[in-house]
Amino acid sequence: MSIKNRFVFSLIVSLPMLVEMLAAPFGFMLPGGAWTMFFLTTAVMGVSAGPFIQSAWAAFRHHHANMDTLVAIGTATAYLYSFYAMLTGKAVFYESAAFVVTFILLGQYFEEKMKHSASGAVSKLVDLQAKDAEVMRNGQLVKVPLAEVVVDDIVRVKPGQKVAVDGVITEGTSTIDESMVTGESMPVTKKAGDHVIGATMNNTGTFMFRASKVGSDTLLSQIVEMVKKAQTSHAPIQKTVDKVADIFVPAVLIIAILTFTIWYVFLGASVVNAMLFAVSVVIIACPCALGIATPTALMVGTGRSAKMGILIKNGEVLEAANRIKTVVFDKTGTITAGHPQVTDIVGDTATVLDVAASLEASSEHPLAAAILDKAKADGRAVTAATDFKAIEGKGVQATVNGQAALIGNDKLVADYTLTPELSTRMAQLQSEAKTVVVVGLAGKIIGLIAIQDAPKVSSASAIAALKKRGLRTVMLTGDNQRVAQAIATEVGIDDVIADVLPGDKADNVKRLQADGPVAFVGDGINDAPALTTADVGIAMGSGTDIAIESGGIVLVKNDLQDVVRALELSKKTFNRIKLNLFWAFIYNTLGIPVAAGVFFALGLSLSPEIAGLGMALSSLSVVASSLLLNTSKLTSTPAPTAA
Amino acid sequence: MIKLIVLIVAAALIGFIAWWFFGKHTTRAVDAAVTGDIQDAAVEVSGGYSPSTVVLKRGVPAHITFNRKDPSSCLEQVVFPDFGINQFLPKDQDAVIDIDTSKAGEFDYACGMNMFHGKVIIK
Repeated sequence: MSIKNRFVFSLIVSLPMLVEMLAAPFGFMLPGGAWTMFFLTTAVMGVSAGPFIQSAWAAFRHHHANMDTLVAIGTATAYLYSFYAMLTGKAVFYESAAFVVTFILLGQYFEEKMKHSASGAVSKLVDLQAKDAEVMRNGQLVKVPLAEVVVDDIVRVKPGQKVAVDGVITEGTSTIDESMVTGESMPVTKKAGDHVIGATMNNTGTFMFRASKVGSDTLLSQIVEMVKKAQTSHAPIQKTVDKVADIFVPAVLIIAILTFTIWYVFLGASVVNAMLFAVSVVIIACPCALGIATPTALMVGTGRSAKMGILIKNGEVLEAANRIKTVVFDKTGTITAGHPQVTDIVGDTATVLDVAASLEASSEHPLAAAILDKAKADGRAVTAATDFKAIEGKGVQATVNGQAALIGNDKLVADYTLTPELSTRMAQLQSEAKTVVVVGLAGKIIGLIAIQDAPKVSSASAIAALKKRGLRTVMLTGDNQRVAQAIATEVGIDDVIADVLPGDKADNVKRLQADGPVAFVGDGINDAPALTTADVGIAMGSGTDIAIESGGIVLVKNDLQDVVRALELSKKTFNRIKLNLFWAFIYNTLGIPVAAGVFFALGLSLSPEIAGLGMALSSLSVVASSLLLNTSKLTSTPAPTAA
Repeated sequence: MIKLIVLIVAAALIGFIAWWFFGKHTTRAVDAAVTGDIQDAAVEVSGGYSPSTVVLKRGVPAHITFNRKDPSSCLEQVVFPDFGINQFLPKDQDAVIDIDTSKAGEFDYACGMNMFHGKVIIK
């Protein structure tokens, strides 16, 4: 029998007793008197309270005690005593047992409904999945169920259709609404070569794409998996609660026995009164509010952040994010856009660019890409150089058209002499936040190329928001001091640690940890050691390739504002957990002495029925307070929450 | 006289509760049965998990079949925080949970409210 039916049954059966209780002062009595009450309560105990007793007994045999134990003992005591009292002609209180059962079932029914809506985030995410896809098979487009789409399938997506799986566009252009996965509110324009994400909505154009990730590998599946893990995880604060809960119920039973004994033996109360105090203690002490305080808040908090494209891995991260004092940023790709572009060429433009492009033709360095892009844009024909030799930590040298050529960073200057004009230009470009590359030919420096990686639009405002929250901001970069400082000044970063080799990022994070917990924000690709060293690693994904393993928090979007939102949401969720626990504890610690009659002399006491109602309300208030997290305001720029 | 008896009975009850709930009571661990290349273990959910500790072999795909006899809503969910599993257990029906046995170790699981505990040991 469901909780709802058990509740309805006990409500209907208890109603006559409620009527009698209210009408008794006017001389109304139920026909049949105590015997009618006996039959009604027996029905409630058998049908509605039966499962409590059954599971209390099962737990007892395992040396366990839980809230069912308390409900069963409390109501059974009231019921059995009333039976004895009825046979010996004393006053009965059957209605206490029946009302307590009714109230507790009411509480459980609402709690069940609310818990369901708290855990709804995951199922909503799963529902985003497309159901089928138009796939090219044997040269023809056929509609197949989602499960039959395999990697390398060519899939067609028409306007208004959902993209089935992750992949890369092969032909066509369109705008795509990715808000359901990334939280990005503006539709994104996509063309051939761009990544598309499964479960996003195609808006304007028809396009074909090649499936690259299907089934459990898709971004959406990974997000669902991560949210599930986060929601079932425990915050460390919960451990203390568990320890308390383990001994709580038996301790309450002992307190109840003491209550009865003290009132009856030492204070000379009647058996009935002493027993009412004891039963109230048992009923009010149900620890369910404690048990659900953390999980419900965690569920709502992580669910809400997931909708904004912020994935918080578990409760531990959430708690750690709350203590952060310093936020360390990687520069390239985090504060800056990560797409460096050539801005200035000093020297003979054509020659310098030709030599540089030849040297960088086969390099995968991001700066090389910038130089090659520039050469391509200027329509230069690039011939790859031969006889490559790396100059450790400085650059490369090779043979271009039979002449020795070299390219590298400003450390190369130590080996060559720069004309005064070139060194002034170099310093000037660096102070404009541009990385300067030195190009040499036939033993002479022939020119400079300045490359700039511009800060993202959102960087400055995000850093201002973090500083407003009292956090220290630090930038870590392999770039030289002057360039790094120029970027830092532009976006408002407090401190700069420049000239850091990729392998030393983690050590620098460790050094900063001496001043307090550190969060490291990186793009997750080469920052894995720093991300794991930091107290909270925040990995910024770039759409499809998110490094879920490396960070404690993963930002699906490439927006620095999400760092602010992630920290703010963590704080909100964690504070809510603390608030929930506080109320649950306060409720029990105040409720028990009141129920035990400690304040009886002051006229303050609880009947078992009121205790049952109070217990139901405490669970409800905790779940309701967790659900309120969904609507709490964020001070950082509001992110649209797509349903 | 009656009061003296009540006092003695109360003291005895308290002693019993303390011994029954706080005393050390050994629980036994049960090895999963291996059939072919799959291992199986059945756990009955009734006032707790019995057996509460299941031992699995590392690297062999494993199923744990939960059967909930207990009507309590406390036990209607089983949560494995390490595996991200939060499964609803229908009453009086088998609910099969796949366990990833690729990593050795001890993994605790609990009911939705974290009041009842069980353990899976993978070695």
